[in-house]
Amino acid sequence: MIRTAVAIAAAILVAFIVVPLAGLFFHLQPSDIIAALRTTAAQEALRLSIITTFSSLAITLLLGTPLAYVLARATFPGRYLVDAVVDLPIVVPPAVAGLALLLAFGRNGTFGPVLGALGISLSFSTVAVIMAQTFVASPFYVRAARAGFAGVDRTLEAASATLGMGPLRTFAYITVPLAAPALIGGAVLSWARALGEFGATIMFAGNLQGVSQTLPLAVYLNLESGNLPVAVVLSVILILFSLIVVVTVHATAARRPI
Amino acid sequence: MLRFDVRLQLREFAFNAAGEAANGVTVVEGPSGAGKTTLLRLIAGLVRPEAGSVVLDGRTLTDTAARTFVPPAQRNIAILFQEYALFPHFDVAGNVGYGLRARNIPRAELDARVARELERFDIATLAHARVNELSGGQRQRVALARALVLEPAALLLDEPLVALDLATREHVRGELAGLLRQVPIPTLFVSHDPADRELFPGPALHIERGTLTQLL
Repeated sequence: MIRTAVAIAAAILVAFIVVPLAGLFFHLQPSDIIAALRTTAAQEALRLSIITTFSSLAITLLLGTPLAYVLARATFPGRYLVDAVVDLPIVVPPAVAGLALLLAFGRNGTFGPVLGALGISLSFSTVAVIMAQTFVASPFYVRAARAGFAGVDRTLEAASATLGMGPLRTFAYITVPLAAPALIGGAVLSWARALGEFGATIMFAGNLQGVSQTLPLAVYLNLESGNLPVAVVLSVILILFSLIVVVTVHATAARRPI
Repeated sequence: MLRFDVRLQLREFAFNAAGEAANGVTVVEGPSGAGKTTLLRLIAGLVRPEAGSVVLDGRTLTDTAARTFVPPAQRNIAILFQEYALFPHFDVAGNVGYGLRARNIPRAELDARVARELERFDIATLAHARVNELSGGQRQRVALARALVLEPAALLLDEPLVALDLATREHVRGELAGLLRQVPIPTLFVSHDPADRELFPGPALHIERGTLTQLL
């Protein structure tokens, strides 16, 4: 009796997730795919999404890796506070994040006059898209990397040091390879979050074709303007990317080193 | 000759150890939690003392008064860790060659030295085995080969037998004793097993709550 109830509850939720996503594929006409991919808007959205998500990923890896390492290893006053602050963008609504970025870096924002004096205008630019993505997506990487670094046996690092490797080479040869499953999983997840970014981007970067109109924004615009087939094709592309991400994350999580 | 005089405030007690170890094995004994591992880490440079010095064969490695601190990577002091600390993502040859890689030894020479060391420890057939497939005794040999291939100036062994089951322990103890007698460098052998002390009846150090006494 209870088993049946559990099975039904589980089946309902799984169906609730699968049916709408699978349904998108039924709306897909082969002729639409080619037609949609031929439109400049779709091509530019795809190109822009690829450029911006890999740029924000690069920034996240470059700045997030040292931060994750420090959070995993160092003890300093306010560490718990920094830890919590890093997690904030995960729970803050993206629209709020976009507004915050606009009020900080927009033309009339806190740093606007300084940036303006330097001839830099960030809002409603491709750079703004990358900033919005980094803001909302980097915590996913930092969290995973922090856990990965914390899981590396420090005796192995000590052994590496006594065998003659300096701190940087020990990090490269011992710490990173042993934390690699967590680092890869976190990077993939963070990239996927950046790819799906909508709220912060539209607030801070706008929805300008070729400048800030990434795939999710193009889906929205095409739906609004009654161009459903293009919206469906772009959505299916996003779902396929997401599927690759989920499979990768599960595969790397399954083979953690001892 | 290894001389040390190191002081460090630990959570439970003040660590205060002055002593020396000539070439050959010096057993370091004392109850668990007495500070035996801390002594090894201070000598290897993995922990900095608040005050004191470590001098090996006339070379000052630590001297807080003179603000001298040679990092562990440049001390040429080998440690055999309690659980051996083999690198799980390298095979046996990769582990043994690790320190040679750190010294940027050319590939051909590195391979030759690793091969020679594997022969010496009778683990040549395991060269490409993953370390988590090895028995306890084999792991210890790999760890020793990894340490000794570097021709270290001193060797520190942190309870090298406790990771082994009782049956292998006796056998490995004899093997290890024979091997260590051939290594003419200061060797600290941390143990809380009286059987180890019987095997190396020379000078010994005793640590109790961070305070060291030299036994003769």
